[in-house]
Amino acid sequence: MTPGSPPPILRVEGLRTWFPIRKGLLQRSAGWVRAVDGVDLSIPAGRTLALVGESGCGKSTVGRSLLRLVEPQAGRVWLDGVDLLALRTQDLRPHRRAIQIVFQDPIASLDPRMRVRDAIAEGMQAFGIGSDEAERTERVRALFERVRLDPDQIWRYPHEFSGGQRQRICIARALAVEPRVLVCDEATSALDVSIQAQILNLLRDLQAELGLAYLFITHDLGVVRYLADRVAVMYVGQIVEEGDTERIFRDPRHPYTRALLAAVPSIDPARRGIAARVGGDVPSPAHPPSGCRFHTRCPEAFERCPREEPLLYPVGDGASRCFLADQAR
Amino acid sequence: MSEPVLSVRDLRTTFPLGGEPVPVVDGVGFEVASGEVLALVGESGCGKSVTALSILRLVPRPGRVAAGHLRLCGRDVLSLPVREMRRVRGADAAMIFQEPMTSLNPVVSVGAQVVEAIRLHERVSASQARRRTIELFESVRIPDPAERVDSYPHQLSGGLKQRVMIAMALALRPRLLVADEPTTALDVTIQAQILELLRELQRELGTAILLITHDLGVVNELADRIAVMYAGRIVEEGTREEILARARHPYTQGLLRAVPSLGRRGERLAEIPGVVPSPIEWSRGCPFRTRCPRVLPACAETMPAPTRLSTTHASRCHAVAAEVST
Repeated sequence: MTPGSPPPILRVEGLRTWFPIRKGLLQRSAGWVRAVDGVDLSIPAGRTLALVGESGCGKSTVGRSLLRLVEPQAGRVWLDGVDLLALRTQDLRPHRRAIQIVFQDPIASLDPRMRVRDAIAEGMQAFGIGSDEAERTERVRALFERVRLDPDQIWRYPHEFSGGQRQRICIARALAVEPRVLVCDEATSALDVSIQAQILNLLRDLQAELGLAYLFITHDLGVVRYLADRVAVMYVGQIVEEGDTERIFRDPRHPYTRALLAAVPSIDPARRGIAARVGGDVPSPAHPPSGCRFHTRCPEAFERCPREEPLLYPVGDGASRCFLADQAR
Repeated sequence: MSEPVLSVRDLRTTFPLGGEPVPVVDGVGFEVASGEVLALVGESGCGKSVTALSILRLVPRPGRVAAGHLRLCGRDVLSLPVREMRRVRGADAAMIFQEPMTSLNPVVSVGAQVVEAIRLHERVSASQARRRTIELFESVRIPDPAERVDSYPHQLSGGLKQRVMIAMALALRPRLLVADEPTTALDVTIQAQILELLRELQRELGTAILLITHDLGVVNELADRIAVMYAGRIVEEGTREEILARARHPYTQGLLRAVPSLGRRGERLAEIPGVVPSPIEWSRGCPFRTRCPRVLPACAETMPAPTRLSTTHASRCHAVAAEVST
């Protein structure tokens, strides 16, 4: 935790979400996909933590686990002092209001037969926000304005809006229940760059206006630098590096973070020549490599790496799961 | 100068929308020289993929190439009989797509698919073709090529599948490779491997590449020249440096400023207001005028003609034309 930063609104400790691999007629459990394997996170109110990594690293499962859209096996998710994972399902409901999620695909997220006004008002009604339908309609109009849409269009259907507008609608729906934390799971990844810029700017404005905390799950490192205060990098179910955004981009400590940053092409014609620093493919979380999970691809691996599992060692303002960071201390 | 590998003039490809044939590609023209990489860039629906499909006569029905001249390796593509065209695909020009999984047959081993492609075009024995396939796998850096030829697509990762696709595309040594978003479905560390491979192969074999992508970073890595498309037309064209460092068209400039890049911290991204118009809404005048910060009265009247900014750089914009003439 950086000195002077406000206390966390969301704190995740030891989150573990494994999925069973079932085989055969009797669907016997034949092993586990360790999608999320011991993750700690913390986000102060009004700040943004980016969770980055490549396909299958477990970043989306973290997001879904926080809302219990999938059930984690272990861990604690402290939201405003309450452990969401310790609650029984029926007690979870009132706390769900404080954490909302926006997904990548706004088309799949909206019911095509439901007017947009009703899609947004649905959650309000569930949580008893607004005394009657007329008041909720007024609130939907206000939300439309908040996400820079025309309030006279609230009675339209989703297909009458463009992709970018539909993502604004999904954001309005998430905001309708006045959450404190918004999980954005690849929320701008399906959008064209000119539209993505509109949505990223909107998210930044909303954070300044409403004091929302964001968990921004993405594979796009350019977006991370634009939006995030802190960054956590995931690899095969674990966080391998965590720290202040500027520091991570300026001075990445984990060899995987370095490989990831070196692989991002620049649009500056003077800076051509990305480096493929790592070969091979990401290992499966069903069979994570022994020791350090990155050792099979790491250009700096040495004899200790396949034998022993590294911890998250503190580096400066953050941490790195690498023996080199341990030795440097 | 020798004839370009590919030359496209006044290409117009239409799809019926609401009963009327609507141009999705409208008057596109460009050339790709031997050994050159030309990137066709733009956002969804700008017509870049339809342009690529038009070149190989693969436009899905009911779409059709309504007008234009296409010369590929000295042959008039649009007047070739279907059988001849089949020979052109693969031998003169080959294509790789974004999704290797949908381009590979899931029930045939990847090696057998490459063997089949070779034997469709050349009289070689099965064992010769298999040997060549193993060599090809080696040249696209597939580890353990002699074992991998017998793998099925689902046994390979996304990166390896894309390597198989590249091997298949290069099997007959085409002079032109059309690569439609070849790395878009891949993770960034795998993308870096594939871009490195394409760059090396291009250098070794001298294959010309028509790269279709929305990703300006990928363009910077591979392209020699760039053509920017908007609403079915090429709005600006130039060398890599001219477009990425000295773009003059307001759309290209807006696109470049909207990219959140690693080098810039925190500042607000430049937005291009509004949305891309759908082909039905394209009308007279410049299609970008509804979103353009530099719109002039002339923009509603006519599509601007290209303004020459250098021997290689041209921009289709009334504001740029006015600037240059004063």
